[in-house]
Amino acid sequence: MSKQITNAAASQTRRTKAIQSIKNFLSDNIVTIMFAILCYVGFKLSGLSLMFIVNDLVNRVGRNGVLILALIIPVLAGMGLNFAIVLGAMAGQVAVIIVIHYGWSGIIGFLAAMAISTPVALLFGWLTGHLLNRTKGQEMITSMITGFFANGVYQLVFLVLVGTVIPMVNPEIMLPSGIGIKNTLDIGRIKYAVDNLSRVTFPTAVLAGSVGILLYLGYRFWKSRIDGRVTLTVVSVLTPLIAAGAMAFWSITTMNSKSMLNMVRVPVVTFLFIGAVCLFITFIASTKLGQDFRTIGQDLHIAQVSGINVNKTRIIAITMSMVLAAWGQLFFLQNVGALNTFAAHEQVGRFAIAALLIGGASVSKATIGQALLGAVLFHTLFVVSPAAGRQLLGDAQLGEFFRAFVAYGVIALSLGMHAWQKAAESKRKNR
Amino acid sequence: MLEKLKGLVDSFGLPRTIITSFFVFVCLLAVFLGIPFLPLISDMVVRLGMNGIMVLAMVPAILAGIGLNFGLPLGVLCGLIGMLTAIEMNLTGFPSFWMSLVIAIPLAVVCGIGYGWLLNKVKGSEMMVATYVGFSAVSLMNIGWILLPYTNLELKWPIGQGLRTTVNIEGRMKWVLNSWGRIQIGSFHISLGLLLFLAFWCLLVWLFLRSKTGLAMKAVGASRQFAVASGLNVDKYRIIGATLSTVLGAVGIAAYAQSFGFLQLYDAPMFYGFGAVAAVLIGGATVRRANISHVIIGTFLFQGLLVVSLPVANLIMTGGNMAEITRITISNGVILYALTQVSGGQ
Repeated sequence: MSKQITNAAASQTRRTKAIQSIKNFLSDNIVTIMFAILCYVGFKLSGLSLMFIVNDLVNRVGRNGVLILALIIPVLAGMGLNFAIVLGAMAGQVAVIIVIHYGWSGIIGFLAAMAISTPVALLFGWLTGHLLNRTKGQEMITSMITGFFANGVYQLVFLVLVGTVIPMVNPEIMLPSGIGIKNTLDIGRIKYAVDNLSRVTFPTAVLAGSVGILLYLGYRFWKSRIDGRVTLTVVSVLTPLIAAGAMAFWSITTMNSKSMLNMVRVPVVTFLFIGAVCLFITFIASTKLGQDFRTIGQDLHIAQVSGINVNKTRIIAITMSMVLAAWGQLFFLQNVGALNTFAAHEQVGRFAIAALLIGGASVSKATIGQALLGAVLFHTLFVVSPAAGRQLLGDAQLGEFFRAFVAYGVIALSLGMHAWQKAAESKRKNR
Repeated sequence: MLEKLKGLVDSFGLPRTIITSFFVFVCLLAVFLGIPFLPLISDMVVRLGMNGIMVLAMVPAILAGIGLNFGLPLGVLCGLIGMLTAIEMNLTGFPSFWMSLVIAIPLAVVCGIGYGWLLNKVKGSEMMVATYVGFSAVSLMNIGWILLPYTNLELKWPIGQGLRTTVNIEGRMKWVLNSWGRIQIGSFHISLGLLLFLAFWCLLVWLFLRSKTGLAMKAVGASRQFAVASGLNVDKYRIIGATLSTVLGAVGIAAYAQSFGFLQLYDAPMFYGFGAVAAVLIGGATVRRANISHVIIGTFLFQGLLVVSLPVANLIMTGGNMAEITRITISNGVILYALTQVSGGQ
């Protein structure tokens, strides 16, 4: 009798536990889930074809991926969302202007731009890092204002100093007066420099993705055999295995059908580079440096006491982010094919941060998966919302305003919730 | 000697010293270049009256311990709604201006209470949250400007949906304050109406800060622990500070717009907060300390510099938007400097 009762009680607790874990999953991922629903509804309302959206999405994720990934390292190091990636984007643009000035083109021009942007981004990162070390606890507002300030300096250089203090003569990219750079530059010379190196159809890319998952699984399996600390659970093997199988099945059937998705061409090298950045971040996180980042992220004082050079490590984190942002902006520009000299960098921080947050990241926690998921969701919303606005309310502008509101709103919400939790925590501690 | 100079600079504040010297330098340059100076001074005074109240909005927020109120656009939006509604009611002249305030202020009080409540939840990160609350409010109102049921054709696009990007208020409330008590001496003019309006709100804030509530609010801002120990309701006084700041933002945009002659809707209100913050910091305020003299000095210096640098820059340089560049660099540079002084670094 009593055994029955305990059994019943055990199953009761098990059930409540299961409900609790579902609840936790929902509340932890509420933003992402809401966005997935929003994207789906927007897609249905917009009346756009799947092929159109996938095509646009491949383009957009390809050109924004690196910029979004650039945000992860500072989050690990407890510096919050790095609004100063705007400076990194500026470093990229400086390089593009130089490359266009000298008339280099194609992949050579792109590589030259990467080479030029790196030292500039290193310098910006070093400066910003020092500034942020003087404003601990207020990093985000400081990095945001730094972005605005740098924008003023950038305008000063490229509207006033070029052609007066900096000797430069090039009527093609400069204003008629000979001072300052034109508002929009045609950078057709390096358009698709990386994207067009090699392209495959979308189903082929998905197939390659499934092979990639299998390879990764194989690597994990091999690692678990030689390293006792890495253990594989049934779930961690089965989930990717099923996903890879489904992806392979879908791509092979689509390849042999007349689906329009066969027309979507995926830029291979761009996505390989995004993959390389992901690997780089994973690698950094596993080193001593990555350990230091996380220690600092958890508690500044403990990090200091345990002998980590906090200031230096923080500068390294922000500099890495800056260089990635510079390269990210280069990938962005080579895809767009035009440089909006004085505005291209302004939206970078906001859009990248909104995308990261939509993926489920927060001010203190961000993963690669969240960055990639966020990129897909945010840009789906970007593609569908004007069309959905037109269909629903007869005004495409409303859809555009809506997506701008979403970008601002999700950042405000996330900052607010984080600050709320932090304030509640410190209240508990003080009690 | 050098020590003495350093002490003087410290007591005067580094940003204020730099901006003042720069201002004097540009003024001398203007005189040297033969730019007629009296109209410039008139412009500076007008700009002081135009922007003063929005800068004044920083004082209650800083003193209540919220810090620099980057969420000023919230109040600005309330003010804009007030003015649009007054035009919709087909009022002109002073009645339209007063009606704007009558509508805007209660709206700002409601928004301010909500805003203050939110800021109480995020103690320690107020500035960042406030900035993005302001941004989101502005972008939400972008949708609002399209959907709100205004019908007056002065406000709406002639075809299509929604309100104009800039609404011309000529013949409505344009220059109601500027032309009241306007004194013209040669090429120099001054409008008593505008300055009196600013003085009135300054006086109101000054009186409030000396009232029992005001003193309590200052105590809360100065030290939260001390305020709690002496039995003050910290959250309540912070809400009062935020509300007052929002109301001043709403009144401020009304004074600004009547002088400017246009209502700027959509993305325009987004960055009003930054200009106001920069001005009060230039005046010598810090993230924790501010008073009305900081507001007056700061607004005059900041706006004065912008007024003078425009013709000077145009004479020296051809091309390039020098005034805009000056504004961006100075305002954000000053804010950055203030942020580095908050914790002092380690």
